[in-house]
Amino acid sequence: MTHIAKPRFRHPKLPVNALGFTRRDYEGAVSTLCAGCGHDSISGAIIQACFELDLPPHRLAKLSGIGCSSKTPTYFLGNSHGFNSVHGRMPSVLTGANLANRDLVYLGVSGDGDSASIGLGQFAHCLRRGVDMVYIVENNGVYGLTKGQFSATADQGAKDRRGGANPDAAVDLPSLALLMGATFVARSFSGDKAQLVPLIKAAMRHRGAAFIDCISPCVAFNNHAGSTKSFDFVREHNEAVNFLDVFTGRDEITADYEEGTVQEIVQHDGSVLRLKKLGADYDATDPVAALAYLQSHQTAGEVVTGLIHVKAAAEDLHARMETVEAPLSSLDEAELCPGADALAAINAALR
Amino acid sequence: MPTMIEAANDFVVKFANVNGSGSASANRLFVRSIIRMGVPVSARNIFPSNIQGLPTWYEVRVSEAGHLGRRGGVDLMVAMNPETWDADIAEIEPGGYLFHDSTKPVLASRLRGDINLIGVPLTAICNERYSDPRQRQLFKNIVYVGALSSLLGIDEAEIERLIREQFRSKEKLIPANLEALQLGRSYALDHLSGQLGLSVERADAVGERIFIDGNNAAALGCVYGGATVAAWYPITPSTSLADSFGSHCRRLRGEPETGRKRYAIIQAEDEIAAIGMVVGAAWNGARAFTATSGPGISLMQEFFGLAYFAEIPAVIFDVQRGGPSTGMPTRTQQSDLTACAYASHGDTKHVVLLPGDPKECFEFAAQSFDLADRLQTPVFVLSDLDIGMNEWLCDSLEWDDARRYDRGKVLDAEALDAMERFGRYLDVDGDGIPYRTLPGTHPSKGGFFTRGTSKDRFARYTERGADYVDNMERLLAKFETAKALVPAPEVASAAEATGLGVIYFGSTAPAMDEALAALDADGIRLDAMRLRAFPFSAEVEGFVADHDRVFVVEQNRDGQIRNLLVNEAGADPDKLISVLHYDGTPITARFIAGSIAARLRAADPAQEAAE
Ligand SMILES: Cc1ncc(C[n+]2csc(CCOP(=O)(O)OP(=O)(O)O)c2C)c(N)n1
Ligand code: SF4
Ligand SMILES: [Mg+2]
Repeated sequence: MTHIAKPRFRHPKLPVNALGFTRRDYEGAVSTLCAGCGHDSISGAIIQACFELDLPPHRLAKLSGIGCSSKTPTYFLGNSHGFNSVHGRMPSVLTGANLANRDLVYLGVSGDGDSASIGLGQFAHCLRRGVDMVYIVENNGVYGLTKGQFSATADQGAKDRRGGANPDAAVDLPSLALLMGATFVARSFSGDKAQLVPLIKAAMRHRGAAFIDCISPCVAFNNHAGSTKSFDFVREHNEAVNFLDVFTGRDEITADYEEGTVQEIVQHDGSVLRLKKLGADYDATDPVAALAYLQSHQTAGEVVTGLIHVKAAAEDLHARMETVEAPLSSLDEAELCPGADALAAINAALR
Repeated sequence: MPTMIEAANDFVVKFANVNGSGSASANRLFVRSIIRMGVPVSARNIFPSNIQGLPTWYEVRVSEAGHLGRRGGVDLMVAMNPETWDADIAEIEPGGYLFHDSTKPVLASRLRGDINLIGVPLTAICNERYSDPRQRQLFKNIVYVGALSSLLGIDEAEIERLIREQFRSKEKLIPANLEALQLGRSYALDHLSGQLGLSVERADAVGERIFIDGNNAAALGCVYGGATVAAWYPITPSTSLADSFGSHCRRLRGEPETGRKRYAIIQAEDEIAAIGMVVGAAWNGARAFTATSGPGISLMQEFFGLAYFAEIPAVIFDVQRGGPSTGMPTRTQQSDLTACAYASHGDTKHVVLLPGDPKECFEFAAQSFDLADRLQTPVFVLSDLDIGMNEWLCDSLEWDDARRYDRGKVLDAEALDAMERFGRYLDVDGDGIPYRTLPGTHPSKGGFFTRGTSKDRFARYTERGADYVDNMERLLAKFETAKALVPAPEVASAAEATGLGVIYFGSTAPAMDEALAALDADGIRLDAMRLRAFPFSAEVEGFVADHDRVFVVEQNRDGQIRNLLVNEAGADPDKLISVLHYDGTPITARFIAGSIAARLRAADPAQEAAE
């Protein structure tokens, strides 16, 4: 398999964003995933979100682990630096990258095997630390790349293709993310772009650890009857708690809603998250209630989606560590090296 | 009456203490006062893998001749731990001395007839002076230092000065410490004069040297070398490297205007995460390192392979301890050479630096960041518990303010604009080292996808065998380039031409210096080469080729550096004779000289008969 370059002809009527880029400028190489794979829709949503946010592509770094899902960063933002690291360890690589240069936007892309099985520890710890990033798990309940074994997010009792039932309890990543103190937690579905794109945009504008669990059916190994990660199952059991509109600096904020039906949250950068409440009176700012809601609704067989929790005034790792404003990678000898005189004093104290 | 060992500025004192009793700083005070008298000292901690209540020893060698390796044998035992009393007494040389707390009488059955007893009623003195049990315990240590200093003739003024320096920021503690010191000194003056045949006499053999442990020196090297990201997971004997980096940074790396930090230190959830963070930070342009020991090296293997193959600079300090597994966590060894030189799966080879003392820990630490950036590859700095956790007397640390960091082949936006086409893995200069770009540099040029899977010269995914081989061959060419960049070996030639050589490295250095002198005195001449890095330069090959027999001295079981010499420097295995010491204690000159002399006798019985 070699790289397939896309023809880059430009339609004169393609819409451009504030930077003069078209949606095309946010694309990457042609995907080599199975036709119909949920992961490709998520790549499309990432492209759309970055386009709409007027993000300079080179100011975003995309990092991933290993898996079909972790391959996808090749298929979007072709002008951005990317890092396909090792299985289950993307969070540590992203954490290091973020420590080195706090000025970029960090997008971590992972799979359910990558994050909930081999990488569960790193998943939890990078959220605890409040690494400023968007962390998307493309969750299909199986290991796609190694041909369909159950992953740790497969529901207990879910059936594999041969009809065998998964005996183990599932890891629920959004619940774990809440417990770990993630300040932005969402779940969505690769088949629901209208819901997913605003969630990615909001997450990119969030300061702190933002996690999106995106159900993303594997058409090759986990889209059959009896699977709880199939297109049909998720469509039937999808229980969205809210619908999100994101208003950034240049958007005009409209106000055509009924009193009491929306919740507005202003993030640190001024972006406004308007949540239209659906059904129950859901408060996305209360992590304890969110956890209880997730647990009770999932027990009832529902797939809870939407913006599950957001803390607007969140701090990130750099704020907690009190690092300098400038990227650490930009500092030079003058700023880093104490010099010969300081060393002479150190020597003197050691005699 | 037993005989009395008589020695000035040439003896071994061993302190047997209970871990956590506060003895460490008192023992250190004792050692530094001798150094202030101008007499070289080496001091080694021997401690168990427990925090409190277990035995710990501090072995001090006083040597005006400057022999800083471990000597073996004890002339004066300071027996402060009843639990280890019998074993401690057994170690004393005939005619040596036992310094003990004489508050309670000692049973004659638990003594030896051929050693001399020096008793000070430490408990009684402290119980009379102090009522607080904690003070009784702590000041007992200072009281014995006072008594010893008087017996040995250490200038009182030197100790007083040290106490004042030590408590500069806690001045209230100075008078109490000085008083405890006097309690010991005056008891010794009044009751013990003439009982000890050992003495410290003022000399001029220390010069500008400093007393520092390798981990502290390496941490300083990281500060001076421009490291900004440290990620680590606690493990003896490397922990103090990360700790020292933190304390040096707090003092030296604040942004003056804001007090904000020009560094980030993360205590990771495990070693895999630690090296992952280092790799991520280095990929993104920061100088980053981790500090660990053998078990951590094992856990980091997959990332080493990724960093090698994706060509990411990373610095790894391995402060070696006895292995395998949890091994001997508080004992020293040089047994991770193979694990580091060939770390990870697939065909990998790594740059390994081998500091021989704390000063080189400083220098190699700073240099490792230049090498990693220049070569775009992981660089291992291998010290061990002996260098890392013991203070050594070594030359002052030096820094040239004109020195600039070598950030290697990194293209900025201007360079990208000026070039036709960027290829991340193109060998433009013919040295095997490609050019790299950092994320965020240019809006439309230089972006690429870093991966551990195979790729072509333009960083595009490929599974073509020819592309894979092309890349692997270039990595070998890069390794060739490394040979000229890493620290060169140091050679000390014998006084006259000889067919015998010896190769050694790392913490073996001081014992080797002394062994060479001893062997020379016995008419055995050896040319000596101290290796300072892997890969080996042509000089190393030449050294083996130029000698008939070469002893290879190392502190591991399997002759790991010897294997590397055979594998990587084309050395003739029949010429290489291993001298191996790996019981966890630092190697001694007696062991080296004895082993080499014995091998020579065994190889040439005629010579023995002639003697
Ligand atoms: C250390 C290690 N173990 C095993 C593998 C093999 N492996 C590759 S991808 C994968 C599972 C991927 O599953 P997931 O993260 O869910 O991604 P998906 O393919 O389903 O998108 C495994 C086990 C590996 N690459 N590395
Ligand atoms: S195997 Fe599954 S996850 Fe992988 S590309 Fe195919 S559909 Fe997608
Ligand atoms: Mg999966």
